[in-house]
Amino acid sequence: MKKLSINISPHIFSPVDTRYMMKGVFLALIPAVGASIFFFRMQAISLLIVSAFGATLTELVLQKLRGRKVRINDYSAFLTGVLLALVLPPSLPLWMAFLGSVFAVALGKEVFGGLGCNIFNPALLARAFLMATFPVHLTTWSNPVGVDTVTAATPLALAKFEHIIAPYLNLIEGNVSGSLGETSAIALLIGLVFLLRKKIIDHRIPAAFIGTVAVFSTITHLVAPGTFSSPIANVLSGGLLLGAIFMATDPVTSPVTVKGRWIFGIGCGLITMLIRIWGGLPEGVMYSILLMNALTPLINRASRPKRFGVANAR
Amino acid sequence: MIKDFVKGLWRENPVFVQVLGMCPTLAVTTKCVFGLSMGLATTFVIVSSVVVISTIRKLVPEQVRIPMFTVIIATFVTAADYFLKANFFEISKALGPYIPLIVVNCVILGRAEAFASKHGVARSFLDAFGMGIGFTCALVVLGAVREVLGAGTVFGYPVMWEGFTNWIVMVMPAGAFITLGLLVGVFNIVDKRVKSK
Repeated sequence: MKKLSINISPHIFSPVDTRYMMKGVFLALIPAVGASIFFFRMQAISLLIVSAFGATLTELVLQKLRGRKVRINDYSAFLTGVLLALVLPPSLPLWMAFLGSVFAVALGKEVFGGLGCNIFNPALLARAFLMATFPVHLTTWSNPVGVDTVTAATPLALAKFEHIIAPYLNLIEGNVSGSLGETSAIALLIGLVFLLRKKIIDHRIPAAFIGTVAVFSTITHLVAPGTFSSPIANVLSGGLLLGAIFMATDPVTSPVTVKGRWIFGIGCGLITMLIRIWGGLPEGVMYSILLMNALTPLINRASRPKRFGVANAR
Repeated sequence: MIKDFVKGLWRENPVFVQVLGMCPTLAVTTKCVFGLSMGLATTFVIVSSVVVISTIRKLVPEQVRIPMFTVIIATFVTAADYFLKANFFEISKALGPYIPLIVVNCVILGRAEAFASKHGVARSFLDAFGMGIGFTCALVVLGAVREVLGAGTVFGYPVMWEGFTNWIVMVMPAGAFITLGLLVGVFNIVDKRVKSK
């Protein structure tokens, strides 16, 4: 006779869990990963493997050391490694990428208590660490198609320091110098569509982020067309699309409220443009996202929705 | 008696356990030699001022003890500052304002207030000496880690292999915070292991 089993609620489970989300983001990254391998060949493949392996290994070792349940099969560390590789310059020595991936998981995530407790996006934090540690290597860019001896300036650096605008078609395809995953706009946009269709990310942060950059650069371009590049070039070049689609939307380090997400995206866009136009660096996406990550708890608190029927406290 | 000395080295280490005197700890430990000089200068100041303070502790009225302590500490800091300027000018220049700033190092005022104003000269001396040595050791360890990774040397001698890429972040403030945090973590792990045995 079959026993009657009784469970307490909930009885219906949603299939959406960490693993599902991470897998979705990884699937969305496939076009960008493919484009990076197409343009940078072996350099891209080895950086991706080393970085993803380093991140997963660090997660495994740390969780074993701390006597916690090993959760590397939720792919979050793997994804951190892949994202880190995508924001690194192709000619970076592999051991530096490995160091970065160890830093991302160990000091970017696990010291705060693991997945869900970190303040900053681990991949970007590791990039900031590498930037401060090996500034020369992190700003040495090579041209696509694996000619690793030829260094070249990124489109943003060209636009900022020499006022040369890269052809839009190259920016869309990705046939320009830059970090592994940031060059091909079309591959990143395919990822965006996929993520939005699967409802893995919210449209508000990328919309606010990219929109702010577009508006800001339209104004500056109209004021001084010779000095500041056009909004199209600003949106397509640098790490903006990669950052806005895959980094700023990190569910752990971005606000949870609707209003908060708009504020977060606009803040990222403003800081990015401030750095691009008046800062010393050609690119500001990384620092803008990290700075807004730090503000996320405050934004969450400030944008808390009013409960129905409750009068204003003050 | 001996306990008073030993506790400053490990159990109540001013940097790793009490987390006091963070300003010199983070600011000057870009190189071993700076950590060592700062540590020794602080040891000199803490030992001498604590001896004086504990000698006169019964003469000082309760209400004005903090200004009294500060004046005594400042006297010895000035002496240490002039000594370094006269004999080790390069180091004095590199440490800059952090030598005069020893006067506000809370390790010193902390020992004066918490220990020397309540105990005899001999015990206060041992306590201060232990704290000073503990502080110096912590600064040298911190300086060693940062110098090895940031410049590939220890006390100026190259220890890393040919072609080593310096980790520039380690000689910047961010590196100081990262290293200190990791060292406090390691300290706690070792401490737990030792205690559980």
